[in-house]
Amino acid sequence: MKTSIQFRLNDEEVATFADSGSNLLDVLREGIGDLSVKGGCWQGTCGTCTVLVDGMPRLSCVTLAESCEGKSIETVAGLRQGAKLHPLQTAFMERFAAQCGYCTPGMLMAAKALLDREPNPTRENVVDAICGNICRCTGYEPIIAAVLDAARAAPRRS
Amino acid sequence: MARHRGRGVATINYPIGMNLGGDPSQALVHSNPTGKFTVALSSIDLGQGMKSVTRQICAETLGIPVEDVYVDTADSDTGPHCMGSFASRGTHRVGNAVMAAAREARAVMMEAAAEELEVDPGDLETDGRGSIHVKGAPHRAISVRDVAIAAQFRQGKTISGRGIFLVPLSDVNPETGEMSPATCYAHACQIVDLEVDDETGEVTVLKMTSAYELGRAINPKLVEQQLVGGSWMGMSHALFETPEPYYPDTREGPRDFNEYLMPGPGDICPHDIVVLERPAPDGPFGAKGPGEMCANPSLPAIANAIYDAVGVRIDELPITPEKVLRALKVRGRPEAPPRVR
Amino acid sequence: MLEMRKDIFADERADNLKEVGQPTQRQDMLGHVTGTSAYYDDHRFANLLHLKILRSPHAHARIRSIDDAAASRAPGVKRIIRAADVPVNLNTLLSLIQFGKDDEPSLATDVVRYKGEPILGVVATSERAAREALELVRISYDPLPAVFDVEEALKPGAVSVNPVYPKNTFEYHGKYDHQKLRFGAVEQAFAQADFVSEERYQMSPIEHAPTETNGSIAVPDTNGRFTVYTSTQALFFSLDTSAKINAMPSNQLHFIGGTVGGGFGGKVDTLTEPLAILAARLTGAPVRYRLSRHEEMQFGSPRGAERIYVKDGVMRDGRIVARQVRAYFDAGAYTRLSSYAVVKCVAHIPGPYTIPNVHADVFCVFTNRTPATAMRGFGVTALDFALECQMDKDAVAIGMDPLEFRLLNAYRDGDMKAHRREAKNCALIECAQVAAEKANWPLRDEFRKMSSKKDGGAERAGVADRTRMSTPAAPVRTGTSAPQRVTYERPAGSTSPPPIQSTPPATPPAGSTHGVRRFSSVFGTRRR
Repeated sequence: MKTSIQFRLNDEEVATFADSGSNLLDVLREGIGDLSVKGGCWQGTCGTCTVLVDGMPRLSCVTLAESCEGKSIETVAGLRQGAKLHPLQTAFMERFAAQCGYCTPGMLMAAKALLDREPNPTRENVVDAICGNICRCTGYEPIIAAVLDAARAAPRRS
Repeated sequence: MARHRGRGVATINYPIGMNLGGDPSQALVHSNPTGKFTVALSSIDLGQGMKSVTRQICAETLGIPVEDVYVDTADSDTGPHCMGSFASRGTHRVGNAVMAAAREARAVMMEAAAEELEVDPGDLETDGRGSIHVKGAPHRAISVRDVAIAAQFRQGKTISGRGIFLVPLSDVNPETGEMSPATCYAHACQIVDLEVDDETGEVTVLKMTSAYELGRAINPKLVEQQLVGGSWMGMSHALFETPEPYYPDTREGPRDFNEYLMPGPGDICPHDIVVLERPAPDGPFGAKGPGEMCANPSLPAIANAIYDAVGVRIDELPITPEKVLRALKVRGRPEAPPRVR
Repeated sequence: MLEMRKDIFADERADNLKEVGQPTQRQDMLGHVTGTSAYYDDHRFANLLHLKILRSPHAHARIRSIDDAAASRAPGVKRIIRAADVPVNLNTLLSLIQFGKDDEPSLATDVVRYKGEPILGVVATSERAAREALELVRISYDPLPAVFDVEEALKPGAVSVNPVYPKNTFEYHGKYDHQKLRFGAVEQAFAQADFVSEERYQMSPIEHAPTETNGSIAVPDTNGRFTVYTSTQALFFSLDTSAKINAMPSNQLHFIGGTVGGGFGGKVDTLTEPLAILAARLTGAPVRYRLSRHEEMQFGSPRGAERIYVKDGVMRDGRIVARQVRAYFDAGAYTRLSSYAVVKCVAHIPGPYTIPNVHADVFCVFTNRTPATAMRGFGVTALDFALECQMDKDAVAIGMDPLEFRLLNAYRDGDMKAHRREAKNCALIECAQVAAEKANWPLRDEFRKMSSKKDGGAERAGVADRTRMSTPAAPVRTGTSAPQRVTYERPAGSTSPPPIQSTPPATPPAGSTHGVRRFSSVFGTRRR
């Protein structure tokens, strides 16, 4: 049974048909074609597929796609504004905070949710924000440093 | 109930490339008509930085800026054979193959430049910024771009090169084990400071201090990536991971990352790293490989530090709180554990 | 923080390079942070089919019958793949370099030899349809006794795991059940040593756990070729293995990969490509075979566990005069790459130390467990754990500082190694000195002056030379009258070493069922 699903993806209206009960990860990748979202465990335990739903980090592999009807989804594909990289992307590059790169999209979105909520995070805040995202390559230190750098680099909100 | 601090050390070496050799890698390097180079490989970048390391080696050998080189990998129709990305062989084996291919391409490039400048190729040198000039006379110069255009459209030369690197396969003596396992070795020493909670059995790694010798750091940032990530994996192997917690009993295996545990971003510790470079005679610019050896010293250094802290030897991995507590129960809890140092 | 010590070995190095040595940005970094790096699964195909595999629930059993009639009629199912469909259903990975005998089927025929062994495949229009069809397959088994412990597997009368190697050991040189290392005369040296100890070390298997699981997509291309997008760590290794199993000429296969979401050794085994290609051939459609995380964790080959016994003979003055190693590599049910790791392990014995008498026997043992494979440090990680823990115990036993004890025995240029090659390009001593300085680990003057260079250079004269091999295989004298030896006195006030307690084994809780709570008691709860 196919059902129609419509939501905002990175500030664009998108719509597709999917099997009822599909998860958001499959709908984004297979239905919409946003391949920036990666699947790592399909069990909700690794964080690789993290996207933002109405600003909150969600594991797209265990998020029912139909529950996202009418909501706003953000993925790493929408992170940069045109040619300009998001401060998190710049900081990840400068800190060499990716090796195989497979966890990076989810890690960036988890970090973005933090910085959107808390522009001046402590190291502890950063650890809390990314502790659900598994990275097997970096040992986490460069990622933590990059998120803290990005917070410092971003224009301060009043 | 108390937390006990301990310090442990391990020193190790690690062979570079497949044991016994016999593991070739090939590379092709060629210029497009405007002097930008492509390296074609079938080698794999699984995060270790294969594309980036070979790119820098190629640029250095050609004598051009790194931006003018792109590494294309891995396509079996266009990339020549490579044994694979394992056994710490990427930098050493593939790096050497790329170097050989780049040397061949450079020779053609210099010949073409010499023809344009009407000098002997041996009198020319590259400036590393995209230009070729007569030694001692920088004004008598031609850009790599113009050389490539001339080679392609006027001289009918292909600025390209092929490279292969092979350490010949060694025999093994069945009776004595006599063999030639590797041509060079990386080295490491790691000192671990940690804390053991004698009530919970929990081990907290507080600090790592390491020295690694790896021939030549082709790119210190990529080396740092390997060393930091590798020692994290070593710590994880020592204290956290197993798919068979009661080995050799096969039951109770984990099915997901809630059950298969690894240190998270809150479990890591500061790590002071020093890199030494004793070039390997047969390494590309002396380079060995940092990728595997960096994970090895952490396991014994942690086990030794636990002994230093609470006087128990855990000789079975992983060193879980359960094992620490069981060992402490056998040993008793001394007021002052015996010091190693 | 990373510090480069360019001053050390500066005389052996030219530091006039332009690109090499620069902290240049990774070529692939922009792709990584923008989510545009294309991994094998980031290629889309119309009408993609999905392959899922039925796996053995038993560690060892005879397959009596397979009934897949209901599964083949299930919604979305395009094809059942059975063992008889596999053109060459027996292979060993290292057959490509003529090492070992074909011993592993792609799909089990009559017997399953580990829990998780592939038996049958279902190709369907979705992963879900394939999984649901697998539930409909009925297999009846006769469970067989199984063996899980490496030393149990070597006992007379043990269950035979793999019919190609009926004695449960890989065969070396056509005649031995292990690889030998013989150098000097250990027994004589043990007899004369001041202190002899033998210890047992047991590694745990571990998972590679790359964030991207193993997988591939095989796509029928024009002119009878197949394009295969793959997560492999070794492109031609996987291509040639797939060609062999499918009895295809290698140029009918076009493998594309190179951007892989972590591997650590776990993507060398060509776990998915041969059957994905077979499924694409049999259906004429693109087929993806992707391991679930559960499959990756339970059935994807782990790092094998090794059991290592180390016996050292040490003199009071700090010299290690003999080292004997007996090690067992747990290959699981099939060889994969464990046979190779055994030889690499033998080459690594006795570690980075110069020991005049060395003796080792290392076995590649088959058990009824998931076949093990390469992982970061293959063949060496376990040995380093055993040897470096042993070094610590030796140092305690003779009352010497553990780092100075290592420095005293460290190999140097010109030393003879146990595999009878001269050591060169050594740097263990310098690493130890630099780390000690950085960590404020006190070393006495003579140890700070040591050098890895041949005969220690001028500075090494500060330390009395240690007895070293001038010719291979000649046992070294162990007498304390050995010339030019520095001797170590126990530090004042030090007591005899504490007895070394062996760890009581951890055992599964009685009557336990699988559960996450149980795990938290084993590992401690997962922290951030």
